[in-house]
Amino acid sequence: MSIYIEQDVHIEVRDLSAAYDGQIIQQNLNFTVQRGDIFIIMGGSGCGKTTLLRHLIGLKRPFQGEVLINNISFTSATAEEQEQIKRGIGVLFQSGALFSSMTLAENIALPLIEYTTLDSNEIRDLIAYKLALVGLSGCEELYPVEISGGMRKRAGLARAMALDPEILFFDEPSAGLDPLSSRRLDELILELRANLGTTIVIVTHELASIFAIGNNGIFLDAESKTMIASGNPMQLKENSTDIRVRGFLNRGEA
Amino acid sequence: MKSSNTTATPIAGEYELQRLTAEVMQLRLSGEWRLRNGIADTTPLLQQLAQSQPQQLCFDIHAMGHWDTALVVFLHRLLLYCQTHNIAVDRGHLPQGVQRLLDLATATPARSSGNMASEEESLLNQVGETTLDLWHGAPRTLRFIGDCAIALFNTLRGHLRFRHRDLALLLQDAGPRALPIVSLISFLVGMILAYMGAAQLALFGAEIYIANLVGIGMVREVGALMTAIIIAGRTGAAYAAEIGTMQVNEEIDALRTLGISPVEYLVLPRLLTLVIMVPLLTLYADLVGILAGMTVAITIYDISAFEYYVQTLRILDMSHVLVGLSKALVYGICIAIAGCLRGIQCGRSAAAVGHATTSAVVTSMIYIVVAASVMTILYQQLGI
Repeated sequence: MSIYIEQDVHIEVRDLSAAYDGQIIQQNLNFTVQRGDIFIIMGGSGCGKTTLLRHLIGLKRPFQGEVLINNISFTSATAEEQEQIKRGIGVLFQSGALFSSMTLAENIALPLIEYTTLDSNEIRDLIAYKLALVGLSGCEELYPVEISGGMRKRAGLARAMALDPEILFFDEPSAGLDPLSSRRLDELILELRANLGTTIVIVTHELASIFAIGNNGIFLDAESKTMIASGNPMQLKENSTDIRVRGFLNRGEA
Repeated sequence: MKSSNTTATPIAGEYELQRLTAEVMQLRLSGEWRLRNGIADTTPLLQQLAQSQPQQLCFDIHAMGHWDTALVVFLHRLLLYCQTHNIAVDRGHLPQGVQRLLDLATATPARSSGNMASEEESLLNQVGETTLDLWHGAPRTLRFIGDCAIALFNTLRGHLRFRHRDLALLLQDAGPRALPIVSLISFLVGMILAYMGAAQLALFGAEIYIANLVGIGMVREVGALMTAIIIAGRTGAAYAAEIGTMQVNEEIDALRTLGISPVEYLVLPRLLTLVIMVPLLTLYADLVGILAGMTVAITIYDISAFEYYVQTLRILDMSHVLVGLSKALVYGICIAIAGCLRGIQCGRSAAAVGHATTSAVVTSMIYIVVAASVMTILYQQLGI
């Protein structure tokens, strides 16, 4: 268990209610993500995991409550502060969300051109390195439609990592990946945390990944529309008294 | 599954309800319960049950042959009824497979907050909802136009957020590639104008005024209008589909999380493209229309090319051209705004992209027609 230190809070969610099309999906969410955590948002299909993620990355305004990143609230931030927050986060979307009219290199170059003063040679080297990191060396000039779904996802990760963000968000990272790529991705996530101190927030229901890398997390429930457990997934699996949490983490064999 | 009945001619599934004791009733199933025989109707059975009100229901399947989903669907409906009317069901005599399938089907309770309620909305309700939607849509449209204006302002101050190459591709696609269809339509429209006018003018022997009619008609009104309608259907729809697909593919979300405004990155280059291209295409359409008028005048009414040329020059001055171009400019803005707005508002399914595209064309047309009327009246009042 990590010791709670005030300065270490990276993301704080206060009394958040999330609504979609006027329907409350999750309410009364309160949790904190510490710097360097690998934080897992767990829960069954349709319980609002992705919707919560969209609130954390500022794509949706909270119905109620607020999300603070580095103690700055998205909702009350000035345009400059918002820019600052966005500069510090990277997001890997479920489908990769690559810009289909651009090559992989151009996709990764976009945030670099937008936020850095690197010249074209430096950018080219950086792109080659980031692509190599996700196992896509030499794919610079390919278009997203020319590669497989798994490769698209990895390229999306390379783009999300382009600016060495402080926080990386993953939406169902292992969905659509073969077991080996999925394992490699887990290892990459651990490396990023260890070497760059990146805080990582993952939406997933892939049990293997949850236990392999997660050190903190929350469990969302669709029925009661709120979080019903929080903490280290491994310990939740062993110690949770809630039958829904135990059932989920033990594949119903609890 | 039973296989004892295979030799006999298969009979479609039948059932019979019998009273065993005061509380217990038995449902006797017989025949082949196959989907190809259809699914037995439960309504008469449920009515029977409602009348006799048993406490318990059991089954007799000795005379039943093969079964498949048809049987399970029938029983599932029956079980749901029994559940809500507190009739205990003894499934013990049913085949093992049926019992397991029914267990699976009843394992998760039906969602209470489903979307079934929406079917039974009254017409009045629907009209109200639609009107409210329109009403709520107006501020969003205004906000979008405001965002565009801010983005334009930022760009004019030198904050160029989109790539030059994107703009070049957009310009090429909206402009030169539209030339064939613009040529065709404006040539035909020019000819029609000339024919219709000439038939009347010939009564007075004033065929030379075909040049006036076609020249002023094309340059002031028709050239810009035809070009706008072509571009709305061709390019405006494409913008809605493209941006809508990006919405489905989470690309717009990705842009936002990268801190790049979709309005500055996607909408602005498209707006600029049409602001440049619609007036240019309009000039071209005017020229083609006048040539078409000239063709008619030369071939049918024996007016020489030179006469027609001089007459056209005499009647047309710069103010006519500027009026036409100003209209084209406004139409271009309308088309770009409608196309991009519908794309950005697009939902997250394939059907939503189709709807966005349709809606973009319809919205463009409405904007164009309204703008055309307003400007025509305005210029008339101002005497331009």
